[in-house]
Amino acid sequence: MKILVAVKRVIDYNVQIRVKEDNTGVVTDNVKMSTNPPDDNAIEEAVKIKEAGKATEVVAVSIGEEKAQETVRKALAVGADRGILVKTDGIIEPLAVSKLLQKIVEKEKPDLVFMGKQAIDDDCNQTGQMLSALLNWPQATFASKIEIKDGKLEVTREIDEGLETIEINVPAIVTCDLRLNEPRYASLPNIMKAKKKPIEQLNASDLGVDITPRIEQVKVEEPPKRKAGIKVSSVAELVQKLKNEAKVI
Amino acid sequence: MSVLLIAEHNNKELKPFTLNASTAASQIDSDVHAVIIGNNCDEAAKALSELPLIKKVIQVEAAHYENFVAENFAPVIVKLAENYSHIISSANTFGKNLMPRIAAALDTSQISDIIKVIAHDTFLRPIYAGNAFATVKSKDAKKCVTIRPTSFDPCESSGGSAPIEKADPGEEFAKTKFIKREEVKSDRPELGTARVVVSGGRGMQSGDNFKLITSLADKLNAAIGASRAAVDAGYISNDHQVGQTGKVVVPDLYIAVGISGAIQHLAGMKESKVIVAINKDGEAPIFSVADYGLEADLFEAVPQFLEELNKLNTIQK
Repeated sequence: MKILVAVKRVIDYNVQIRVKEDNTGVVTDNVKMSTNPPDDNAIEEAVKIKEAGKATEVVAVSIGEEKAQETVRKALAVGADRGILVKTDGIIEPLAVSKLLQKIVEKEKPDLVFMGKQAIDDDCNQTGQMLSALLNWPQATFASKIEIKDGKLEVTREIDEGLETIEINVPAIVTCDLRLNEPRYASLPNIMKAKKKPIEQLNASDLGVDITPRIEQVKVEEPPKRKAGIKVSSVAELVQKLKNEAKVI
Repeated sequence: MSVLLIAEHNNKELKPFTLNASTAASQIDSDVHAVIIGNNCDEAAKALSELPLIKKVIQVEAAHYENFVAENFAPVIVKLAENYSHIISSANTFGKNLMPRIAAALDTSQISDIIKVIAHDTFLRPIYAGNAFATVKSKDAKKCVTIRPTSFDPCESSGGSAPIEKADPGEEFAKTKFIKREEVKSDRPELGTARVVVSGGRGMQSGDNFKLITSLADKLNAAIGASRAAVDAGYISNDHQVGQTGKVVVPDLYIAVGISGAIQHLAGMKESKVIVAINKDGEAPIFSVADYGLEADLFEAVPQFLEELNKLNTIQK
């Protein structure tokens, strides 16, 4: 079985986001970038499946600017066998990403495609489901547990009401929740080894997909600030304020 | 121009967020139709027809719609979509799972999780976990939009009498099979819709100490929340997690106990109407969003809080 894992390069989750003064976006210059956190879970799960002898190859793919190569390289350092980078410039919407991934899937013919359930930059939560629709494959979103059972997957999904279990036929798309596993850190020897693993570079324009944005980003602003609150000196004062001032109890 | 709302239900009742989504849909255009897909869902369809904002209900039934599998639902909506300019659903796990499948089939770039309708094609949505707000304008002819339910008030639930039309079901998608759903049963209000939320963080120090949070929540008829740190430490199960990777809550009162206020946690609760923080570290970032901050040891403050509440006899249920 072959697993394709899509990884995205995003601003590190610990960075305090700053909006650009001209309201065209957020500041990304000299800001720490990392792999989108649930994409780390997707890679980890694929590598674990390979280690358990149930997959033969794990291929990491990223779509983005040249520097997204670092994100692919990190996936190689934690166990992916080879990488693919589809180079693009500027904003690329989930619909376009899923169309590019469709082309990669047609070429690579994986049995499973894994990715994070959502990217923490645009918070869209669309790509996996869209790819699944384009390929007419089953989808298992928000996966917190994956079991492989002869040609099928049993996936536990995190839904608002609790947990849901579904069974899907392979080939399939799985989008991963943070609780699926604990991603490993890359060891220094593995980081060195990853430097020798191949990364195929493609240009999005060569894949024959129209990736022109369909959504105009009119402006990006700071969210309204909360007005400064007060410190109370005792529990009794707190309860009085909640009752008489805020009127919430 | 008409708007098609995808109703969320459990075949008997409408899910509460359908009312919030109806409000959002009506802000795009007053001609709102709603589609309900399910199995033996007459009761829920009737409830939907009673929402005064809904002008027409389309009911689609088949056994394979019993469990809301997106692969079965999407083709039904794609088929109906030709008559509509907008397709709307809630941005909860139901809508998040379903809408992108519809959008891709319609070759539309979806707009997720809007918090405000600015114009029929322009919306406000949070990005970077709410650390920035983007105003976005769709250039697609047909628009697929999911709405953040807590950013829109629920609409009236009675007084309407929209006609209910039946539409033919589609085929079953045989490659996906529903097996089971384990719903977390609780007498408490649901975290996503509770009027009051009491949350505990790493400062609770153990799962056992979460009893303090439970007692306070009992007293205030509140839902119980937690920070990711508390969940990761195993103090409480992950369905209580508030934050970027958990639930976004907007209660009237949010009480954060022993929570430092990491960016990811603030993203899930900072729109709450009134925020109370109890923490012994006066420099904790949670105080920057708190309306009322109490710098105190939670193990002394929470029992005192309970005592003070006991003195009041007007606790709102």
